[in-house]
Amino acid sequence: MSAPPIPTESSGPADAAPGADSGGAPSRSPRAQVVRDALGVGVAVGLSGFAFGVTSAGAGLGLGQTCALSLLVFTGASQFALVSALGSGGGPFAAAAGAFFLGTRNAFYGLRLSQLLRLPAAVRPLAAQWVIDETSAVALAQKDRAAARLGFTVTGASLYVLWNLTTLVGALGASALGDPNAWGLDAAGPAVFLALLAPMVKGRTERSVAALAVLLGLVCLPLLPAGVPVLIAALAAPLVLATGRAWPARKAAPGAVPDQREQDQRERHRRERDQRDQPPQEQGQQGQARQEEDALPHRRNGEAAR
Amino acid sequence: MSSGTSTWIAVVVTALGCYAVKLLGLSVPAGLLERPLVKRLAALVPIALLAALTALQTFGTTGLRLAVDARSAGLAAAAVALLLRAPFLVVVAAAVVVTAAVRAVAGL
Repeated sequence: MSAPPIPTESSGPADAAPGADSGGAPSRSPRAQVVRDALGVGVAVGLSGFAFGVTSAGAGLGLGQTCALSLLVFTGASQFALVSALGSGGGPFAAAAGAFFLGTRNAFYGLRLSQLLRLPAAVRPLAAQWVIDETSAVALAQKDRAAARLGFTVTGASLYVLWNLTTLVGALGASALGDPNAWGLDAAGPAVFLALLAPMVKGRTERSVAALAVLLGLVCLPLLPAGVPVLIAALAAPLVLATGRAWPARKAAPGAVPDQREQDQRERHRRERDQRDQPPQEQGQQGQARQEEDALPHRRNGEAAR
Repeated sequence: MSSGTSTWIAVVVTALGCYAVKLLGLSVPAGLLERPLVKRLAALVPIALLAALTALQTFGTTGLRLAVDARSAGLAAAAVALLLRAPFLVVVAAAVVVTAAVRAVAGL
């Protein structure tokens, strides 16, 4: 499932992930527009459950196990990570740990959504299962609570139903396909990861983390049991963050930067840094207002860069 | 290993863990997860995991060795599709089709 970054943290809808472009549509929406955007995301991503079903069956999981993952885990990157770790002989806990760490980002989506949607306590346990990349991207792109709730619900429902149906079809069809590798389906998993990764890698820190993680993972692959290299690679995040803090802060000097895109990026980063530096209480209060303020300038930046 | 009890353990543990973090986000008071360092790490850890997973599943083999084969061509196709801002489904399809084609033609 695609992973548009959380709007305030990033560049906003203009840079939303592939597949979520329609969901990133701006906040000028009557209900029909919201529903159309939400369905666009739900259907496009929901269909890729087929690739998951086939991949999972190819990794040796049973039909029940494959469907249980889509029904109960319902966060695509974690599901792909789990089955590929199990398929390559990883232990259950190492495999689950990798999947779990990938899923932790949903907690931060949930945090943003709880301020935006203000769900009644009774609905929260049900809504929680739908708190994923796509529903968050669509909901956070709406301008008011009613539209956000509608976008969240329609994206969540269409994606949940389709993702589970196509998982079932993929898992059932896997045996008819024969060797999934002959169809190139072993490339589906890494392609999903790459598509999720692309919109997240925006600045120097992000690129450094990605590069170091690749290096750590590949070096560890021949040395450690399956599933463990990914966990070691996750250390790239704290390592790069610690190194960055040890260095003096870089000075952003927009005038000296010839490339417009790079300039926009710096601008964006400075704004993100400013936002991060605000005290938490203030952020909580401002949450929604800030999101609205930021959406427009961010989008303009994104378009200028293109 | 794959269809036995240990797979079910992995499925159940992952399901519980992933559901718990989703519910946590919806339920905790805002201040707790809004700390700058926590937010920064939360944004960077998925990047590390996804980058490593992409590389490991493109170049890794079941024998725990590294190999450049048809999957590399497939991933290159996916990268091109991403640069062209293709929709999610097209990116995945490009990787699958190119991998299958290279494998069929070159036998990699």
